[in-house]
Amino acid sequence: MDGNLNAITTIFTEFYYWVTVVIMFLIHVGFCLYEVAASRRRNYMHTLMKNIMIIPLVTVTFFFFGWWIYWAFPDFPLFGGLNLEAGAANTPWSENMSTHLGDRITGVFWAAFLLFSWTAASIVSGSVIERIRSSAFWVHAVLIGSVFWIIDAAWGWHAEGWMVKYLGYHDAYASGVIHAIAGGYALGILTVLGPRLGKFAADGTPRDIPPHNPWLVAIGLFLIYTGFWGFYAACNVPIISPEAIGGLITGDTWTATNIYLGPTTLSAITFNFLMALSGGLMAAYIVSNGDPFWTFSGGLAGIIAASAGNDLYHPVQAMLVAAAGVWVAYKMHFWVERKFKIDDAVGAVAVHGYSGFFGVVIAGFLLWGAPSSPFEGFATINPFGQFLGAVIMFFVLGFIPAVVVAKIQAAMGVLRVPVEAELEGLDFEARIKYEQAVNEITAVNKSMLEK
Amino acid sequence: MSTIEYSSWAVDLAEVGPVYPLQGWEVLMVILGVVFWLGWHVIQHRRETKELQQQVKDYSKQSASHNIEQY
Repeated sequence: MDGNLNAITTIFTEFYYWVTVVIMFLIHVGFCLYEVAASRRRNYMHTLMKNIMIIPLVTVTFFFFGWWIYWAFPDFPLFGGLNLEAGAANTPWSENMSTHLGDRITGVFWAAFLLFSWTAASIVSGSVIERIRSSAFWVHAVLIGSVFWIIDAAWGWHAEGWMVKYLGYHDAYASGVIHAIAGGYALGILTVLGPRLGKFAADGTPRDIPPHNPWLVAIGLFLIYTGFWGFYAACNVPIISPEAIGGLITGDTWTATNIYLGPTTLSAITFNFLMALSGGLMAAYIVSNGDPFWTFSGGLAGIIAASAGNDLYHPVQAMLVAAAGVWVAYKMHFWVERKFKIDDAVGAVAVHGYSGFFGVVIAGFLLWGAPSSPFEGFATINPFGQFLGAVIMFFVLGFIPAVVVAKIQAAMGVLRVPVEAELEGLDFEARIKYEQAVNEITAVNKSMLEK
Repeated sequence: MSTIEYSSWAVDLAEVGPVYPLQGWEVLMVILGVVFWLGWHVIQHRRETKELQQQVKDYSKQSASHNIEQY
């Protein structure tokens, strides 16, 4: 860290990512509140535990192999071998993945990606509440959080990823690389897992299963909005010189960049985040006739729909894309629910999957011909590359692996809880212990009154 | 003697790299970590299976009805 400018840039970047990680923690807090609120009283401790344990399980596996995948897989397996050289510094036994006074950035950069990993798993968690076995879900959490999403990040969310090079894939704030894949993965599990008991009438008509605490749903969603600010900031490189980028940009003007090292500004993404949130809320209010659950979720879906191009969109474009994405997500949710008898307890497939897919595709048209990268020889952004990218995210790395793993779990009889447990509630064991403890201490205290 | 190879900070920080204990044993530490992770899944799965089997065995319609009514 020689020279004042170098020192300031290093410390600023280190602290910048660290702050984004802390803010992004609110995404997970929000998901936990939201899921618990959406579940019924007899299941909420199980629901909370299922989501909370994502944190340690995805963290340790992202340390063991997830982070290495990001650096080793940009061309693998279709356009080259594993990049072992880039991966070497990111193996769990590397000195850089530790307390190292010569490396001030790997840990915070790793953590920023890790928080995205938690988010991917947490998106899936909400949709499967009240009937999946925790042990089965936690296998899926590791797979989506530390394997599949990070493969898609290496391919399409990396300055040298093959999807960026050859397809011109552009997904600045992760419409596809986080949300479409997580939505597709959730849909894959739901297809095998089946609906909650009583969700559908004998004639196939879906029944509403309201949340046990609508207020907590709202607070959870608002915390997710808040954490999403940190997510947007974490997707940027905060400040870098053209010389450090080493691409085609000329002159000496330092800039913030997206993950592909293409220029953008915090100002731009602040405009677009808020206009997309607004467009999403307004469209969801109209399309759902003011339903609170869908209106608040629509704010999130709107941001997700605009995220692929929010580094370059005009704010009004961000707003309109968000509104259109919400309309698509809402209509698709109820069509899929009726047609395929899919019970998505929190609308995660719609809010994340369909709006994310839509967002990636629409960016191909709105940003047609724009550079996907500051480096020479990369394809420019185009509708075909974006559509193919959305299919890879939602289906190839999301839906299909989830179906395969869930089918194996179902065949082994370890995917879903027994009917008796589902009816009686998954907090059965905890409730018995709680009641025993309450009865015992109450009896003891009452006996003291008699002395 | 120091487990982190430095017993004084009278050093040029530009020449200091890793400072954690047991340097050179990273692969073994990772193996232990992976065993801990996989072992956790095995223990959790076994306990959950046992608890669900017990719940099915002790199932009563009255208890289920009570819990369902609580929403």
